[in-house]
Amino acid sequence: MTHTAHFKVWRGDAEGGGLADYDIEVNEGEVVLDIIHRLQATQAPDLAVRWNCKAGKCGSCSAEINGRPRLLCMTRMSVFDPAETVTVTPMRAFPVMRDLVTDVSFNYTKAREVPAFVPPPELEPGEYRMMQEDVGRSQEFRKCIECFLCQDTCHVVRDHEENKPAFAGPRFLMRVAELDMHPLDAAAESGLDRKRTAQEEHGLGYCNITKCCTEVCPENIKITDNALIPLKERAADRKYDPLVWLGNKIRRRGE
Amino acid sequence: MTQPERQAWDVVVVGAGGAGLRAAIEAREQGARTAVICKSLFGKAHTVMAEGGIAASMGNVNEGDNWQVHFRDTMRGGKFLNDWRMAELHAREAPDRVWELETWGALFDRTADGRISQRNFGGHEYPRLAHVGDRTGLELIRTLQQKIVSLQQEDFREFGDHEARLKVFQECTITRVLKDESRGEDGGAVSGVFAYERESGRFFVIESPAVVLATGGIGKSFKVTSNSWEYTGDGHALALLAGARLTNMEFVQFHPTGMVWPPSVKGILVTESVRGDGGVLRNSDGKRFMFDYVPDVFKDKYAKTEEEGDRWYEDADNNRRPPELLPRDEVARAINAEVKAGRGSPHGGVFLDVSTRMPAETIRRRLPSMHHQFKELADVDITAEPMEVGPTCHYVMGGVWVEPDTAQARGVTGLYAAGEVAGGMHGSNRLGGNSLSDLLVFGRRAGLHAAQYALGLGGGRPAVDPGTVDAAADEALRPFSAGAGAGEQTAGDSGENPYTLHQELQTTMNDLVGIIRRGGEMTEALQQLARLRARARRAGVEGHRQFNPGWHLALDLRNMLLVSECVARAALEREESRGGHTREDHPEMDRQWRRVNLLCRLADGGDDTPFGKEPAGDAAAGPGRGRIELVRHTTPHIRRDLLALFEKDELAKYLPDEELFQ
Amino acid sequence: MSTGTDPTTATDDPGEAPGGARRGVYAPSRAAISAAHLRTDRWWLAPAATAAGLLAFIVYSTWRALANADYYAAPYVSPFYSPCLAENCEPMKGGPNWALFGDWWGLSPAVIILIFPLGFRLTCYYYRKAYYRGFWASPPACAVAEPHRRYTGETRFPLVLQNIHRYFFYAAVPVAVILTYDTVLGFRDEHYEWGHMGLGTLVMLVNIVLIWAYTISCHSCRHIIGGRLKHFSKHPVRYRLWGWVGRLNERHMLLAWASLVSVAVADLYVYLLATGVFDDPKLF
Repeated sequence: MTHTAHFKVWRGDAEGGGLADYDIEVNEGEVVLDIIHRLQATQAPDLAVRWNCKAGKCGSCSAEINGRPRLLCMTRMSVFDPAETVTVTPMRAFPVMRDLVTDVSFNYTKAREVPAFVPPPELEPGEYRMMQEDVGRSQEFRKCIECFLCQDTCHVVRDHEENKPAFAGPRFLMRVAELDMHPLDAAAESGLDRKRTAQEEHGLGYCNITKCCTEVCPENIKITDNALIPLKERAADRKYDPLVWLGNKIRRRGE
Repeated sequence: MTQPERQAWDVVVVGAGGAGLRAAIEAREQGARTAVICKSLFGKAHTVMAEGGIAASMGNVNEGDNWQVHFRDTMRGGKFLNDWRMAELHAREAPDRVWELETWGALFDRTADGRISQRNFGGHEYPRLAHVGDRTGLELIRTLQQKIVSLQQEDFREFGDHEARLKVFQECTITRVLKDESRGEDGGAVSGVFAYERESGRFFVIESPAVVLATGGIGKSFKVTSNSWEYTGDGHALALLAGARLTNMEFVQFHPTGMVWPPSVKGILVTESVRGDGGVLRNSDGKRFMFDYVPDVFKDKYAKTEEEGDRWYEDADNNRRPPELLPRDEVARAINAEVKAGRGSPHGGVFLDVSTRMPAETIRRRLPSMHHQFKELADVDITAEPMEVGPTCHYVMGGVWVEPDTAQARGVTGLYAAGEVAGGMHGSNRLGGNSLSDLLVFGRRAGLHAAQYALGLGGGRPAVDPGTVDAAADEALRPFSAGAGAGEQTAGDSGENPYTLHQELQTTMNDLVGIIRRGGEMTEALQQLARLRARARRAGVEGHRQFNPGWHLALDLRNMLLVSECVARAALEREESRGGHTREDHPEMDRQWRRVNLLCRLADGGDDTPFGKEPAGDAAAGPGRGRIELVRHTTPHIRRDLLALFEKDELAKYLPDEELFQ
Repeated sequence: MSTGTDPTTATDDPGEAPGGARRGVYAPSRAAISAAHLRTDRWWLAPAATAAGLLAFIVYSTWRALANADYYAAPYVSPFYSPCLAENCEPMKGGPNWALFGDWWGLSPAVIILIFPLGFRLTCYYYRKAYYRGFWASPPACAVAEPHRRYTGETRFPLVLQNIHRYFFYAAVPVAVILTYDTVLGFRDEHYEWGHMGLGTLVMLVNIVLIWAYTISCHSCRHIIGGRLKHFSKHPVRYRLWGWVGRLNERHMLLAWASLVSVAVADLYVYLLATGVFDDPKLF
């Protein structure tokens, strides 16, 4: 069950680089990351790659395999024809550091721009009561392992570097949705309107819901249908729906 | 040599897993400027792999639970070798640590009345584990990470700089804890750390009077392990080299259920929740063999028949739990014995089955990541067929010998340790779920005391000696000049391949100091370790310092070899079987060993680097001349009110007579 | 920069670079790969098929909507012409022709009403994806570089108007009610006798079920029915409805295509009857 596969792996750094060819042994049940490790141990000891858990739980080994954003550890070799060339490159939306390692600091910057959970001031630790049906939506988004494949594939920043300052990307728009749907988040009481800021500060309008983020998500989170579109609808509540606006106005007066 | 860049911080936390992040949050909230240094990206720590839950006696599901019951379970699980004070603090403080996570945004699964739901786990008398499906560790890390971001957002509002008081140095490795020998206790006082950036290979020094080690475990010294590449025992080794002692290093937990097929994923964890939620273990005859493996000390606490065990899931008050939920060491040994007796599964494990126990929909909801993991990695649908599982190296109970209340490494002023790198809390065997709570309880304590110590020093801080910085830089650069003698690298000879050395080390530890141990094999292991150590001195790498994984591994080898020697030496010394230490040649638990802790410390000349003196003669001269020496330490008596929580009969199984009648 | 989390975004703006050649994945900081993408699968198939399908429908529906003929074959009315709101409509007994627009309307009466379903589908979250990918190539497929120099998404006029999708949803509901009414009228024979059913009734029945399923499964509907709530536990009925709509919503794409085809088929069926190609087969 062992065969020799042909690999092309991008080697290089910010100065330049290209696809290097390797012929390497592949055994039954292996994933692409196993092959990269075998390359390190036998042919290319200085081949740079990020990885941690090797079980699809940490989201470190993000790269592009045959042009598709994927986790190296969750891509089984058996999905390829033995005669097929397997091409592995770093994520192409982020600046490259070396070989398969990219500078993902864009994502950490964006994470800081989303205001954190606001605890309800009247509740002490241990007094939180939340129903399962109320936490379910946000829990789906908290499955995110931050592999940043959605950020990588999103054409808004992948194809337009100039949009990076204005656009948080699917992962962090989903974070906004997660907090807005959190049953005890007290942002509104503290004067922070997450629905409005989603559009005005995090660039929700750039998203044209073409669903690539959902397609690449290794956790199968329905990013577009469950986070981004509901967030767009919530923003529309605030800005484009006079009926809702009027209703809120009247209710507020009634209180 | 030009001196590397220096920065000054109040507290340095090494490691960004649960313990490290909790320590950093606490230190920052105490007002200390805190730096976190981690080998991976922020948020990728091994804690994300924890699946089952956080043990805390909140009593949300069964009101009978309280900290005393939790303490009792922890001591039983650790076969009474635990540092009882740590176990007490842990059981008392765990609920507060979990509740506080909710105020930072964590979303645990809920009970019907909206509290945090709690699940059953091996060794826990009541449902106790706060959880989120089977991805609790991810929730924990993300919550702590987001709390850190929120503190940084506060600092940004105040100072205009996110990193004014709390900064994460990601993808950096510490190779030395630096000390000022003229200060503190006889072990000297910590003055900073020496580190390199993985990306650029650039060295830097952080001057800091307080260093919190939170580096996790040592599993990468074993071949079959559930641990990630980061688990190279860095904190253990850094502490040893800084003069601290390690305790209980012979106790290594082999998780009973790791994947066994395909080979590339061998060792990856299958969460204990599978059994907590109803999964059962069967051998190739289809028999639920765990009923045959209930040890005497647990005989009256576990079900005798399958019917009773099955009833327990519905009615826990009137039935006893099934033996699949025995502590991990018992289950791991049982699986090992079944496989040895020829009743294993095709790939050398046993069968773990939920498919016949729960509807497919329930399995997908309660065990989503297990379902996903088997589907994606092994092409097995766990809702339709059983999993094949076998023991995998999972956790080291041993670690830095610390003061229970402050988490300070005994004898080294300014050095703290929390989480897996600290020893004592779990005794000879850790209960599932007690790890995440340990991280939070002692992470907070370490951060608190480190900050108080650092802030209390005022201006007179221990100094970083430029000489030690040079020595650390020399040591770190050695792999580039290895194999060629006097620092010149020749094209043909780049020394030993670090990957090969690592594989040999893993095989040695796995085969000779693994789950079942024998005196002769461990002596052989020590000899092999000595040979590997000599070869590791010549481990060489090609290329340059920018993100060079070969170089990083060559540096990590030092740590793995040191820690492996601790494990082997302590395991050879302890002539009994207890918890995570099973001796085929001494199969019984011996009450006389209950109060004995084996402490590992660096032997004279053990630091065979530019730091220490070269050892006289050949370093490979045999097990008697290693770098580690053992010291026997007798632990203090367990406090009376804590002892009173147990029945006399039960205590008589664990405690020597003089302790019983004290 | 590995030590911190410093922003390194947009230090030099490649869109503004001289010659404008080094944008997106070719930006100087990215891994140097000359190919726009390295996908080896047939990624172009989905956008091509989408574009072809939509084009076919546009051509067909434009022809039929402007034809102003052959849209009524008793008792069936084409969904393109219902309700018929001008005086130049064909008389349909009991049918939805109310001459609200009077006699000044000279164009095809379909144009009046088709605005609403057209707007509903044009702003639909699924169709947006379909035509952004299929027609605009923005992006053509995942991780395939798009050809555009700039991209502002739905932040500016006119695409910011996509946010009014919910109004078209509000409008689509009465249209669907009227089409339901048409379907009920289909249980007559050509002499307007009740209690009959032909193949055409079946066609209309399938069509109206699909129209409703598509309408209800709309993302705006999902939001209005329950998605906008913060606490489902306080609104158990809406929570349940939200769950049902959510399950339909997962099949929104499928329903979008199925209802598009069924509308065209229903219209074609009426056309064939009206032009006398064949007679409606009677079931009872």
